[in-house]
Amino acid sequence: MKTVHEPSAEMIKNERIYVQWGLTDEEYRMISEDILGRLPNYTETGLFSVMWSEHCSYKNSKPVLRKFPTNGPRVLQGPGEGAGIVDIGDNQAVVFKAESHNHPSAIEPYEGAATGVGGIIRDIFSMGARPIALLDSLRFGELDNERTKYLLEEVVAGIGGYGNCIGIPTVGGEIGFDPVYKDNPLVNAMCVGLIDHKDIQKGQAKGVGNTIMYVGAKTGRDGIHGATFASEEFSDGEESERSAIQVGDPFMEKLLLEACLELIQDHSDILVGIQDMGAAGLVSSSAEMASKAGSGLVLNLDDVPQRETHMTPYEMMLSESQERMLICVTKGSEARVKELFSRYELEAVNIGHVTDDGQYRLYHRGVQVADLPVDALAEDAPIYHKEYVEPARIQQFKEMKAFEPVVENAGETFKQLLQQPTIASKKSIYETYDSMVRTNTVVGPGSDAAVLRIRGTRKALAMTTDCNARYLFLNPEMGGQMAVAEAARNIVASGGEPLAITDCLNYGNPDKPEVFWELWTSADGIAKACETLGTPVISGNVSLYNETNGEAIYPTPMIGMVGLVKDLNHVTTADFKKAGDKIFAIGETKADFNGSELQKMQLGRIEGELFAFDIMKEKMIQDKVLEAIRNGWVESAHDCSEGGLAVALLESAFSNEYGLDVKVDLPKEWLFSESPSRFVLSVKPESAENIQDLFGSDAAEIGEVTDTGIAVIQTQDEKLELNVHELKQIWEGAIPWLLKSKV
Amino acid sequence: MRFAVIQFPGSNCDIDLLHAIRDGVGEEAEYVPHTATSLAGFDGVLLPGGFSYGDYLRCGAISRFSNVMSEVKRFADEGKLVFGTCNGFQILVEAGLLPGALQRNKNLHFICKTTELKVENTNTKFTSEYEKDEVLTIPIAHGEGNYYCDDDTLADLKANNQIVFTYASENPNGSVGNIAGIINKKGNVLGMMPHPERAVEDLLGSSDGLRFFESMVQNFAKETTEV
Repeated sequence: MKTVHEPSAEMIKNERIYVQWGLTDEEYRMISEDILGRLPNYTETGLFSVMWSEHCSYKNSKPVLRKFPTNGPRVLQGPGEGAGIVDIGDNQAVVFKAESHNHPSAIEPYEGAATGVGGIIRDIFSMGARPIALLDSLRFGELDNERTKYLLEEVVAGIGGYGNCIGIPTVGGEIGFDPVYKDNPLVNAMCVGLIDHKDIQKGQAKGVGNTIMYVGAKTGRDGIHGATFASEEFSDGEESERSAIQVGDPFMEKLLLEACLELIQDHSDILVGIQDMGAAGLVSSSAEMASKAGSGLVLNLDDVPQRETHMTPYEMMLSESQERMLICVTKGSEARVKELFSRYELEAVNIGHVTDDGQYRLYHRGVQVADLPVDALAEDAPIYHKEYVEPARIQQFKEMKAFEPVVENAGETFKQLLQQPTIASKKSIYETYDSMVRTNTVVGPGSDAAVLRIRGTRKALAMTTDCNARYLFLNPEMGGQMAVAEAARNIVASGGEPLAITDCLNYGNPDKPEVFWELWTSADGIAKACETLGTPVISGNVSLYNETNGEAIYPTPMIGMVGLVKDLNHVTTADFKKAGDKIFAIGETKADFNGSELQKMQLGRIEGELFAFDIMKEKMIQDKVLEAIRNGWVESAHDCSEGGLAVALLESAFSNEYGLDVKVDLPKEWLFSESPSRFVLSVKPESAENIQDLFGSDAAEIGEVTDTGIAVIQTQDEKLELNVHELKQIWEGAIPWLLKSKV
Repeated sequence: MRFAVIQFPGSNCDIDLLHAIRDGVGEEAEYVPHTATSLAGFDGVLLPGGFSYGDYLRCGAISRFSNVMSEVKRFADEGKLVFGTCNGFQILVEAGLLPGALQRNKNLHFICKTTELKVENTNTKFTSEYEKDEVLTIPIAHGEGNYYCDDDTLADLKANNQIVFTYASENPNGSVGNIAGIINKKGNVLGMMPHPERAVEDLLGSSDGLRFFESMVQNFAKETTEV
């Protein structure tokens, strides 16, 4: 049995215990003097400490997030609820959000990743939507040490373990490798859901006397202070706070998902509001539900289903046990709710009711243990305008001479590039995810964007996650623009019209002015690109303090984008379809090597001034590619990104092991340039003229698809003749080989 | 023909089967909960894939005790058609309706991809619409699909032509004799790891699974007219 001696309010003040929980002296003063006019007790201090953490309050990042465009003609729900919602016509809408689970995954990679997936799924169905797809975005260190291999294998197993079991297909994602992520991997999960307008829910607790019910798994001591944990950086010397990892149960969540959707779809007459118990568990969900509705709440903690004995109010309120939801239902309907959940073998328990006085009151064993203004918890965390200053490296990069790669034998360089884990095929990883369950996956993992049809319509949804953080390291603002642009390029290449984005803003410690500058300026870039491309930010998440021993990760704002494919005939993949089809390179190739995969491979690091990018030009090119696809002229379309034109051409050839015969008026090194705003298209011979007319000088017909299985690429100074099957073996074998080889 | 799609807690390919029957072959299909005590009015029973009871203890080991399973056994005893895919196959094996066991995949990973299946026996009520030795493109998605049985059972399966599907090129999970799907001696209960219900539309990559369900429907129709 655990005996807890809670410090008194005076002890908390005098011994500054609140500092251990992440509150500053000034924040504590605000709470005790400005808000309460008395000293908060142990439980109350705990509630404030999590609700005012960066993870829950966005106190450091709010001024940054205000830069983003969040409205648009199709946006039905922007940031602020469980997930954002975009109209797709026919009274249907798409619901999506991404969330990071970096810190838990660094410690316990399987459970960290699994519960990241579980949490983002709950965000989607809490809105009333049926989750239809999962994606992810992962970053690891180099695969040259056992720890990183372990992290990769366990994170992948955790994602698959949760998604496969709950039966939501994992259809896409991306993985990158750079040394900066070695001890601080990034695990970002995105979920996409489909909803009828009439089913849209809000997380609100309103109507005096209405009942607050707790549904799902019991509350244990796991994950206590997970939210403040996520708001601190790691260091080797501090192990004690690292025990805050939650454990997931996808089977439980499958039951909870089906029960909640039945409640939402068939019992809208009694359901007032519903919210996931995610970060900061019961306190966060209940306080936000009351605050959003302008209500107060009374909760009786003796009624909270508990997995362990002698839990204190503090522990119950802060626990981050998984697979729990909080719902508000009309008074008198509790029995109906209990009956519904019991059919799914789940508990539904009445734990409190709505009041109208704006106070948040908790009772435990007949004693009032908290009495706080609910807005103070949910809304009134201070907002910090952090200092920012340009890191010294940026000026140094500007003064450097542009990186000039030395390529003796382009064929050999190319083989090496295909083995770089960031470029190499991720097939051995995504084949461990069920990408087809629910039978809607038209295009699964491995293409530019995943495409899922909407059953009963001719429509489909395209979805992708993207971010080239190396570009952001060199220039956060332009890199931010390019991350959004790349996501849109992938949507367009798949035949979709970009609708909106979600993001996971992964950065280092914002208390460092250089890190905050990265966040601040990259947000400018993201905002600019979103405005130009017409893709508002409808949801997202901020993950700061991604540092180990004072070293920050690259600024890594993962962009999750969803697009609408208007007709299934427009669905396009990257694979060449037929010998004789003409190959076009769209967009201009220049000597753009700073930040490229080739630079990293040859120098072992990224440096220099980032190459130029024009978002207006990008938009123009994308619009034309989509027009060409919609006109039925395009057989295959592929975004040209890491590794450049050479990699894009071969990736298009790999699937069916076609050959290709192309001639480019470029030096051989430029095959690997990463100039932005480019596509590789293959088109039927009779469409070639249409393509040339549409794009003008932005399109070059460079050759054709062949059935020889040989890739012939003639440059100004070298003719490459490469066996496609052999290259494919190299490309697909690289990651399995790296994982198996001993250090 | 009217099909029951059994829903165990944690089944997740139930919707795929429902659509394969309704939209693929245009027959009737209804969900039936694991608590049901009657299968009256149904002509075929489908056990879906998924993670019934979270795969806790062992895949299918808890589901076999569900109320509905005694009815499924009775249904099978009456000679009516019972089909289990993936987790449904695992449940049929656990319930003793089919011989053998399903172990973890040889590479210890969950595997989802399209595989090539060879039709070994077309003389069944599930495969009569296929050609002998025809190679089908059908997806798999499982972590425990490595079929195992002892030598005597294997000899028995072969002697009675109970091996209906084998992996044609690469064996993805290490199963004995490349087995992908088997049928009982009576010829009315079939279990397989691959998912024919995921291969009923060219849009999603293959429609080779369609004739599996068409075979069931055709043979049912034949028997009803004969009677």
